[in-house]
Amino acid sequence: MKEIFEILEQHARATPEQISTMVDKPVSEVEQIIKQAEKDRTILKYRTIIDWSKLGQEDVWALIEVRVTPQRDVGFDAIAERIYQFPEVYSAYLVSGTYELAMLVRGKHMQEISSFVTEKLAPLEQVQSTVTHFLLKRYKENGETFHLLKEANRRLPITP
Amino acid sequence: MLNIESTAIEARDNLISQKVATLPPSGIRKFFDLLSSMEDIISLGIGEPDFVTPWHIREAGTYSLEKGYTMYTSNSGMPELRQELTSYLELHYGISYHPEHEILVTTGSSEGLDLALRAIINPGDEVIIPDPCYVAYPADIILAGGVPILIPTNEENNFVVRATDIEARITKQTKAILVGYPANPTGAVMSKKESRAISELAKKHDLLVISDEIYARLVYGDEHICFPSLPMMRECTILISGLSKSHAMTGWRIGYVAAERRFIQALTKIHQYTMLSAPTIAQMAAIEALRNGEAEVQKMVQEYNRRRRFMVKRLNEIGLPCFEPKGAFYAFPSIKATGMSSEEFAEKLLLEEKVAVVPGTAFGACGEGFVRCCYATSLSNIEEALRRMGRFIRKNRLTT
Repeated sequence: MKEIFEILEQHARATPEQISTMVDKPVSEVEQIIKQAEKDRTILKYRTIIDWSKLGQEDVWALIEVRVTPQRDVGFDAIAERIYQFPEVYSAYLVSGTYELAMLVRGKHMQEISSFVTEKLAPLEQVQSTVTHFLLKRYKENGETFHLLKEANRRLPITP
Repeated sequence: MLNIESTAIEARDNLISQKVATLPPSGIRKFFDLLSSMEDIISLGIGEPDFVTPWHIREAGTYSLEKGYTMYTSNSGMPELRQELTSYLELHYGISYHPEHEILVTTGSSEGLDLALRAIINPGDEVIIPDPCYVAYPADIILAGGVPILIPTNEENNFVVRATDIEARITKQTKAILVGYPANPTGAVMSKKESRAISELAKKHDLLVISDEIYARLVYGDEHICFPSLPMMRECTILISGLSKSHAMTGWRIGYVAAERRFIQALTKIHQYTMLSAPTIAQMAAIEALRNGEAEVQKMVQEYNRRRRFMVKRLNEIGLPCFEPKGAFYAFPSIKATGMSSEEFAEKLLLEEKVAVVPGTAFGACGEGFVRCCYATSLSNIEEALRRMGRFIRKNRLTT
């Protein structure tokens, strides 16, 4: 069953028919497993990794370190939730180390991110401080590298 | 695909040895030339992994360069590598060899095969091989002064050479049986029963077995039978393998031979005068591959298996019946429904649909009526190639 998810993680567009062939299980069983996984949110979403720079429409991204004060009974969860609900927040993690929350924030331009930080994030009561790192270049994302040599450049077209 | 004209011209050139002049060129050469001039080809004709060598292995190679490992190694290969190889064989096939006396590291398994044949063949000795088989088998036997004896195999026996067919061709000159399973070009594997029958035959007629197991790790379902691990076979088998296919390391050129001391000594004698030692950087990378590469190997095997199932199913669907290949990364469908010869089919498919496959006849006369399709390429390539092949078949199928 794990294999079905491994395939989908790599090829979100793989059809149940294709997957059924690859894992050697009936189509109906594969469909059932996928349907169930979508229902119980094992599969959260089907996404596409796009190199927006090729379209000249690259967003601005920033990694933000946030130091926050935990709250009685709820620890960091309540403040994390307050922060990650902002649509600007793309990913959010509780991390160990010198700060507590690590966030990936996406905006149309630098101004949008800086206003998010100064107007929405920093003023929150539990937020002690923030450090914003703007992303300069994306090398690899979700296991995919952005600049790959073409396969044709590496292998001979026909070999014994 | 013997290029008769050029062979004849070469044969008249006294400066070229008769043996080489009359040796047929590899059957894929013509396609290589044709392919090089075309663009947007989807190639199912590549006999190597599409994965790049896993990064930790490449990194070990780079590191060895930085540390200055640029000299020769011992003829037999670095002691650490031989040690790793013996542990690897013990772990996977339960067969033990002495790292010092029974292992030779070669420049790819191709060198191992050439050494083994040259070390055992006296002029006129016969070596039995299956037909179809890997392109180098008959050529290497001829170059070593031997005579290749081809045993036909077919779909009915899953392209595995049968002991009874071999026995019928044994003569006083028969020296060895050369088998390579999982097989290139068919993807066939040899079952325990079939291997045992051949091992009994080898014992009965006092024959040597050269077992080319370069694809041993790429099996899907049945466990691979390592030939020398069969009863009484260790003493009369020369095992040839390498890391090219299992660890996606074709360009590194690392192979090995495992056999009893007397054989390794004989092979090493030729190796020391011809190759000296396998590339040092590659040996360092191979050590890393054997120590820490297992997870990557299994990941690649799993991925090949998915593509294999997909390709075989689609081939059957589009009307190219294909027996189930249980090893390597090749499917060997029958193209008889088109009425074309293998070569005609491959050429027409390439020109009309820009899909490259290798005609079965490149691997022996018994490959007629089949083509080799390699699934070591991305799933989307396989999908598109088979879509084009389906269109080609609909256009070219004989109406019955």
